[in-house]
Amino acid sequence: MTYFPAVLLFALFASTVFAITQRNTPRSMIRYGIYCFVLFVGAAIAASWLMFLIAR
Amino acid sequence: MRYSQEGMATTESKNTAGPGAQFQGQQGFVYLPLIAGWLVPGAGHFLLHKWGRGLLLAASIVGMFAVGVALEGQLHTSAHDMLDVLGMVGDLGSGLLYVVARIAGWGADQVQTTTADYGTRFIVVAGLLNVIAAVDAHNLRTGRKS
Repeated sequence: MTYFPAVLLFALFASTVFAITQRNTPRSMIRYGIYCFVLFVGAAIAASWLMFLIAR
Repeated sequence: MRYSQEGMATTESKNTAGPGAQFQGQQGFVYLPLIAGWLVPGAGHFLLHKWGRGLLLAASIVGMFAVGVALEGQLHTSAHDMLDVLGMVGDLGSGLLYVVARIAGWGADQVQTTTADYGTRFIVVAGLLNVIAAVDAHNLRTGRKS
């Protein structure tokens, strides 16, 4: 498994647990889960580009 | 003023008869969902008949643990220094998953590759997420959450 699929799996699993435990209604769980997933993946991509630019 | 958003899980007043109050009148050991949820991922929610939530939590936590093992992540077996202690606390959060993995000899003794280091983090985070899920089951049981 390469790094990016690992990031996607981590974000998926963690977002699912966060959504179920931090929200009450199914609709808000889905919205919060998507929000957390995007933040996880977006932060990983942003940090990757930052490290790439620093290393140059 | 308390911060809250739409649908956010909040601590409700004890006098509020919300949906979460359905378990308040139940007899029995109030910490059973907490302990069951810690030992077996999702079991605390299953005890409270929250089948969908329990299934998703179990799939997520077991899935994350399984990916960690598949990446040859390390299961912390000793507590020689502070970082080992923290790692072991995280691993123990998985409950019986950790015990089964130790008995079966899953996971690596030492981290050899970069992906194995990721696997170690997956295993630790699976344990921490399981603790969050178990506390959520306890909150459902006590009526703090619906």
